[in-house]
Amino acid sequence: MKQLFAFIRKEFYHVFRDRRTLLILFGLPIVQIVLFGFALSSEVKNIGITVMDNAHDINAQQIVNKINTSTYFKMKAPARNYNDVERMFKAGTVKCALIFPAKFGSDLYHNGTADVQIIADASDPNTATIVANYLTNIISSYQQQINITTGGSYQIIPEVRQLYNEEQNGSLNFIPGVIALIFMIVSTALTSVSVVREKELGTMEILLVSPFKPIMVLVAKAFPYLVLSLINFIIILLLSVFLLDVQIKGSLILLFAESILFIITCLSLGLLISNLTNSQQTAMLMSMMGMMLPTMLLTGFMFPLENMPLIFRIISHIIPSRYYYDIVKAVMLKGLGFSYVWKETLILVGMASVLLTLALKNFKIRLS
Amino acid sequence: MKVLRFLLQKEFRQIFRDKTILAMMFAMPTIQLIIMPLAANFEVKNINVAYVDHDHSTYSEKLINKIGSSGYFKVVGAPTSFNDGIKFIEDGKADLVVEIPSGFERNLVREGKQHINVSVDAINGTKSSIGGGYLATVIADFNSNLDVNIKSPNGTGTRLMGTIKVKSSNWYNPRAEYKYYMVPGILVLLLTLIGGFITALNIVREKEIGTIEQINVTPIKKWEFILGKLIPFWIVGMIVFTVGLIVMYVVYGIFPQGSLLLLYSFAAIYLIALLGLGLLISTFADTQLQAMFVAFFFMMIFMLMSGFFTSTDSMPGWARQISNFTPVTHFISVVRLIVLKGSGFAEVKMELLYLVIFAILLNTLAILNYRKTN
Amino acid sequence: MENKAITCKELTKQFGDFKAVDRISFEVNQGEIFGFLGANGAGKTTAMRILCGLSYPTSGEATVAGFDVYKQQEQIKRNIGYMSQKFSLYDNLTILENIEFYGGVYGVSRPEIKTRSQELVSTLGLEKEAKKLVGELPLGWKQKLAFSVAIFHRPKIVFLDEPTGGVDPLTRRQFWDMIYQAAADGITVFVTTHYMDEAEYCNRITVMVDGRVEALDTPAKLKERFNTHSMDDVFYQLARGAKRSGD
Repeated sequence: MKQLFAFIRKEFYHVFRDRRTLLILFGLPIVQIVLFGFALSSEVKNIGITVMDNAHDINAQQIVNKINTSTYFKMKAPARNYNDVERMFKAGTVKCALIFPAKFGSDLYHNGTADVQIIADASDPNTATIVANYLTNIISSYQQQINITTGGSYQIIPEVRQLYNEEQNGSLNFIPGVIALIFMIVSTALTSVSVVREKELGTMEILLVSPFKPIMVLVAKAFPYLVLSLINFIIILLLSVFLLDVQIKGSLILLFAESILFIITCLSLGLLISNLTNSQQTAMLMSMMGMMLPTMLLTGFMFPLENMPLIFRIISHIIPSRYYYDIVKAVMLKGLGFSYVWKETLILVGMASVLLTLALKNFKIRLS
Repeated sequence: MKVLRFLLQKEFRQIFRDKTILAMMFAMPTIQLIIMPLAANFEVKNINVAYVDHDHSTYSEKLINKIGSSGYFKVVGAPTSFNDGIKFIEDGKADLVVEIPSGFERNLVREGKQHINVSVDAINGTKSSIGGGYLATVIADFNSNLDVNIKSPNGTGTRLMGTIKVKSSNWYNPRAEYKYYMVPGILVLLLTLIGGFITALNIVREKEIGTIEQINVTPIKKWEFILGKLIPFWIVGMIVFTVGLIVMYVVYGIFPQGSLLLLYSFAAIYLIALLGLGLLISTFADTQLQAMFVAFFFMMIFMLMSGFFTSTDSMPGWARQISNFTPVTHFISVVRLIVLKGSGFAEVKMELLYLVIFAILLNTLAILNYRKTN
Repeated sequence: MENKAITCKELTKQFGDFKAVDRISFEVNQGEIFGFLGANGAGKTTAMRILCGLSYPTSGEATVAGFDVYKQQEQIKRNIGYMSQKFSLYDNLTILENIEFYGGVYGVSRPEIKTRSQELVSTLGLEKEAKKLVGELPLGWKQKLAFSVAIFHRPKIVFLDEPTGGVDPLTRRQFWDMIYQAAADGITVFVTTHYMDEAEYCNRITVMVDGRVEALDTPAKLKERFNTHSMDDVFYQLARGAKRSGD
């Protein structure tokens, strides 16, 4: 036991003396939280729009005014014809165009109906759809406005409540995603590289002829990264609470326990990867491509799972971070208790056990 | 010159023997281009709605029907109380709960307006906010039909001012498919990985093994060494770009609308800029681990800020400034412009200037920083 | 000054307060086998790196092959060969490819490279392995190969940093035969080692302790001075008071 502690202490020295890596390790979550919290948003705002006003009447002008005051849009130079519109699209200065026909106002008064045309730059389909929606809403509300003045209209007004996020803090679901990502990086990638490095440098053989049991070697290697991950976790929580005004609604103990479980899963994964290769470069690429990319894509972190083809949804069931992501969302952001996440927890326990066993078995065989 | 030839010869031999790099050149573009667009999809379909109808009137049912048949929403249940509705959200079965109060129809006809409650699972991010937006549209539409129906059910009554019909069309991507947006972005991601990441790793690996020391002892000049690293990886990058374009065409049927020459010129300059970055990173790292981390750190910031996932338009001013300082932003925007919209040189010449400046800046910094003697 | 292969006067390398190399002075004659002994951490490698142009001295003067270590590093590099402690040929290139690369980099013409590599390969007895990747060779062969590559371009001086670490006595003996051959061909050999028996093979040796040159003479004269028959003992007496050990 004493020897194990000595070993672990040496591993800690290795890790904590590498200042550059440490800097980035702690900088990473901070930067991500800042970026996701303040800079990135899938909301649609400041969209460049151009108006081709062939009518030059007061109705068109009123609609244009509404657009001007909307934060969704940023009015750019008007277009005189379709060529102008095309030119502006191609230069990327506007993402949509609103076109009023020549007799817009008079059609509205005399015929009771008039057309407008919206052209959206669908090279970014997400924005295009939302933009078309916003514009349509603006026009509908204008329509209601003019109809009110002539004698009332019926309105159903939706009162929208943002559950779990009454403070309207932008979208919070990135926080569990960032946490899962950081754990993947620190626990999986770093651990695997650290073990493979010893193999590459030749010091691994020395460890193996020592009286240390193989499992102790692995435990000692992985332990500092467990600690690092937890420190990072605490940093992320602190940042979320103090910088982003997020409330941790659920039980902190449960959160920590689940996180430790997930970290162990990631560590086992890292150890397993380190068994598969002798080159640091390969270990890195495997961890990155093999683990992080699926974590980002298939957990529901960045992209909704429901949209994906069936095969991806099936694959996402074997990705541990998917379960952790759901657990954190439920516990931290929705304040739900263990009864809601017991299934996912059980799955994670299973995965961790399997991975750990595989890693240990392989380790002994390979090097003996 | 002769020395450079020997350097290149050695480098190419090593690259083609390195299975990881070969895998990257061919397997990675293919896999990423196929998997990522399939998974990466911000389109929102099948928003799950549960409704609680306390009124059970004609209009409440009409409203619910309209919501259900709009194509955006999927009605998953009709619980009888609000709390039951919330349970749907807690269990993850619903994204939204719509609650229609009792007296809905009566109050609507009498007073002309009525509120309904919409509870949105705000933790679900994109889906919910978009869901909220769609719901507003559906309700607005319902409203205008109300006007027509209630006010003049027989064609009589106060005549309306007018209705505005909106015709909407999508340019460059008629069916608004997300893959058209993602795939060019992924091409950029690939080049970024090769230019920045792999190059940095490769050079630092030589540092770790000790072969760089051997090189520093020879009369190889600094510029010869640097070119000896940049040129092979530049070529690898261009090959990957080409493979990517081919995959893009074969799998997705996307063929660049604009000039291929222009596209390749941009790719060439972008690669040079990124290789400079990789080189710069390698001068700061002593171990492959460090190099990997520093490179990853920058790649991640670049990718997030570049408009790859989320649009740069929605960023606050300070973030947009930072975004402008990253070469990735400009290249992504250019690739999308040229591939999807057929933009020509005139429209993208500013971006070209930016990329050239980056290329010069990064490479100069790297060269200044690299020392044969300490 | 002009005929000396290497000259050193009050050469110092300081890192903060730590003097890795502390005002060393010596001269090496052309064609000599010059041994640079000392414990780990004594400053041998640091001194050698300065002479190879890998590191700038903090103060003092030195010339290598007649060129100044501050201002004429590129000329120095053209005239020396180097074999580092860490084996630094390319593991994933073949023997011939490694030779071709280093030959070319030092300006040896392609036809010359071809002839000389044939010679080298047959001298080492590696004809059958010539197209094999260097990484697959056993350590002893790698060392000999590295040495041959270091002198491939017929430099004036070759620097060897602990070249025989970890090989069996027979291979070590063979290695030193190669060194003798090189010296006989006119190449000055500057070799650092902490194997005291190898000291006997050198023309002259210095012993570095704590960054300073504590002795500089032929092995025979040193043994006489310290009244002993073994270089081990000479070294022990000199290094006994050393404060630094371990790199």
